[in-house]
Order: sequence, then C-alpha cells, then structure tokens
Amino acid sequence: MLCGLSTSLSKSAPKVHAKLTTRILLTVLLLAVFAISVGAAPAREVILATTTSTADTGLLDVLIPIFQEKTGYMVKTIAVGTGQALALGSRGEADVLLCHAPASELELVKNGDVIERKLVMHNDFIIVGPASDPAKVRGLKSAAEAFSRISGGQSVFVSRGDDSGTHKKEKAVWTKLGTAPSGKWYVEAGAGMGRTLSIASEKDGYTLTDRGTYLAFQKNLALDILVEGDAILLSIYHVMQVNPAKFAKVNGAGGLAFAEFMVSPEVQEIISTFGVDKYGDPLFFPDAGKNVDDLGK
Amino acid sequence: MDLIAEGISKAFWLLVKGDRDVFQIALLTLRVSGLATLISLAIGVPLGTALALGRFRGRSAAASIVNTGMGLPPVVVGLWVSIMLWRYGPLGSLRLMYTPAAMVIAQTIIALPIITGLTMSGIGQLDPGIHVQLLSLGATRLQLVWLLVREARLAVLAAVIAGFGRVISEIGASMMVGGNVVGHTRVLTTATSMEVSRGNFGEAIALSLILLCITLTITSCLTRLQQKGGSTQS
Repeated sequence: MLCGLSTSLSKSAPKVHAKLTTRILLTVLLLAVFAISVGAAPAREVILATTTSTADTGLLDVLIPIFQEKTGYMVKTIAVGTGQALALGSRGEADVLLCHAPASELELVKNGDVIERKLVMHNDFIIVGPASDPAKVRGLKSAAEAFSRISGGQSVFVSRGDDSGTHKKEKAVWTKLGTAPSGKWYVEAGAGMGRTLSIASEKDGYTLTDRGTYLAFQKNLALDILVEGDAILLSIYHVMQVNPAKFAKVNGAGGLAFAEFMVSPEVQEIISTFGVDKYGDPLFFPDAGKNVDDLGK
Repeated sequence: MDLIAEGISKAFWLLVKGDRDVFQIALLTLRVSGLATLISLAIGVPLGTALALGRFRGRSAAASIVNTGMGLPPVVVGLWVSIMLWRYGPLGSLRLMYTPAAMVIAQTIIALPIITGLTMSGIGQLDPGIHVQLLSLGATRLQLVWLLVREARLAVLAAVIAGFGRVISEIGASMMVGGNVVGHTRVLTTATSMEVSRGNFGEAIALSLILLCITLTITSCLTRLQQKGGSTQS
C-alpha cells in the first residue's frame, strides 16, 4: 500500500494538484449556487405567531392564501404553544398574533407590546355523554351545575388527565364548583381527546371535549352533546398587531393588514362555514365587532 | 393494520401522482440537509485532519470539544441559533430567521462535529509512517491532506453518511429556526410531526415513508461509493 502510494505520488503529483483544485472550485461553485437559491428571502413578509391548536384545524390554510393573493404579503405562520406565541409577540419577534388566551393577551396590551386587538371568533368545549343521560344534565346552561350533578350521582366521568388545555379547562370547572373529583366514577384516561371520547363512549360516561374533535370522531361514538354555550366553556380568539412604535423591526403595515383581514366580512363568512362540509357543523363561530362579554349569553 | 395499509397506499399515490406540495417538501429537505452536509464536509475534513495530525497546544481540548459536539441535541442548537437570528438578536439584521438558510446553519452546526470527529478518528487510525513518508517524498501540505483523506476514504465516507443521516432526520432545530412555514421551510420531518398532531396519521405515515426512501437512496449511493473505494484500495 505504501509502495503504491509513493509511486502514485511521484508520478502524478501535478495531476493530483490540478484535480484537487478543480474539485475545490467545483465545490465552492456548487455551494454558492445552493446558498443563493436557498438564502433569498422575500422582502414583504408578515410573521404570524399562533397556537398549534388553531393551526391544526386547517382554517389558516384556507385564509392565508386569500390574504397573500389580496395583499401581496408572504405570511409565515409559526404555530407554537400559547406561551411561546405570546412571548414572540412581547419581544417583537412576530408581526401579528392570533391567540385564545384573553387574560394573558390583555397583559401584552397593558404593556404596549400589542395594539389593535380585535375579537375574531370563538369555538367551544362541550359536555358530551350517553343519550340515556343518567345524571340529567341535558340542556343545562351551566357547566358547573352539570359537573355537580354528575359527581353527585356518581355517574362515570372520563377525564383527559394529561394536563392538556382541555384538561385545564375541566379542572377550572371543578375549581369553580369548589370540589376535587375523586372516586371510582372519575376515570383519568391519560390520553388524547379522541381516545378519551372512545373510552367515555364505551363506559357510557360523560366527558368534556372540544367541539372540533367531537365532530371529527362523532360517527364512531355513542355520545350526545348535552351541555354547551356556558361562557366558561368558550375559547375566544383575538387577533392583535405587534406594536411597531415599540419594536422598530416589526412590519407594522403587514401586521395591521392581517388583523383587519381577519375581521373583514369576507373572512367572517368563511369562518362561519368552515368545517361544515367535513363535519356537518362549523368548527368556529365568527364574532367580529361583537362585545366579548356578550359571548356565551 | 388499517392505518399502515392506508399510509402505504397514500405514500404510493402521492409519489405516483407527483403531488406538488410533497415534491416541494422533499426537494427542500434534500437541499437543506444536502447543503448542510456539504458545508460540514468542506470544513470538517480539513479540520478533522488537522486535529488528527497537528501538534499544537490545545489540540486534545479541541478534540474533546469536537467529540462532545457529536452528541449536540438538535433542540439546543435550534434554541441558540434562534437566539442569534431573532430580529433583536446579535445577527438579527441578516433577517435569516424562518428561512431555509437558517435551517442550513443549524444543521451545519449539528453535522460539523460528527464529520470532523469521524474524520479525525479515521485519519488518526492510519499508520503514522505514511505521514512521515509523504513528507519525505516532498508532498506539500495540501497534497498531504488530500492523500491522507484518500487513504482514509472509508472513514470519511462513513462520516458523511453519519452527518447526512443525522441532519435529514432531525426535527428540533428545523422546527425552531425554520418554523415549518408552508411552501417555504416545511421539510419532511416537520411536516410529519404536524400531520400527526392534526390526527392525519395516513399522511404522516406517507411522509415518513418518503423520508425513509430518500435516506435509503442517498445512503446506498454513498455506501456503494464507499465499498468501491474500499475494493480498489489494496
């Protein structure tokens, strides 16, 4: 091996050199071409920070192409956890936010991080259960009252038990009621929404679910919608522009354009019918121009 | 079982019909990970060779850093690259956040220590006599590196395979610095994760199968190159 190496070196040293130079040049050229094609960023872009649950419904996949077509802006939708979306806004790293955490959003408004906060839409959690309804909660207007009857009658209740947003909402209702549920009737699934619904269906139990997942799984379930419309069960979505006066690098015009787009009659109309073709019912209820305190009444 | 069959048939139809979105996602995946691997190769091979042969102060400390870097968690890289590239970060004026270029940077940081480290150990395993003999034959420094890398090509190709495999399969860094923006920074891993969270398991399986096919194809090409190199060596 050593022998072969030394002869190849002595015979073809200049050739190796030339070959090496060509290869290096070729590599550099290739890298440059790649870098240019990969690196070019469009100038007019809007960064929208939103929550994964919003993006996962697919609503934005319908709305954003319309916005881009209309305004010529390129929207970068960054779907992250609620906490991260709000943090991106409060650091000026996004141009516009679409979130459903009103209490935390108001803090950003108070700090002057965001402006032009507008009510867009809501969707809701619902209490579902067997058609026989042993706890007699059908048609109740208060989620707490329904929970109270379920626990009083020791009817089976299946909880997510996974510390998700839905589980937190459930715990908020129990807290409002002033009790901590426990007993054989209270089943902690430790599972996602779809699986929790299946368990509730098989055990003839009640559960709290978001409307979208229930509609998606409805055909495989023996569960009816029993309680809906209580204000505590609503997820309320606001759009807000990150304040360009506070963060000079924020795209103020683009953020404002998107916020106004979300409350425009055209978009509100799309929201009101989104999901009907797939589930038979809409996933969201458009609320632009309404007073947030009137929701759930 | 139904789910697997659904996934496979979805993948088949997506490929056969030449779905434009999937094609674009697959192409971007290849471009980003391929470019990151090439840059890591261009820097990592000379660097690994220098670390294997060099006799300078701090060499063993540098070698330890490289070896530690081989296990860098992608989310950690993603976080640090984000901090640097955010608008109000030190490199914010470059406006690279949420672009494919940002993903290339993050993936290069992930692949570079792997390629450097494996090159270093490959070159280090060569008979130290070769080094001396080549120098005594009058090889220039550049020729020396080139010939040693040729000698250690099995190890260097293994380094490329390992580096490419790591970056094409990572998700943490791509998700954080790319943002999974549709049509812009969505790659196969981030798209798969998103479809899972949307409950579209069929699409997710289809995307994962496409990713596996791409990785398998590229890796087999590199492996063939490696085997060929190995057989002509002696």
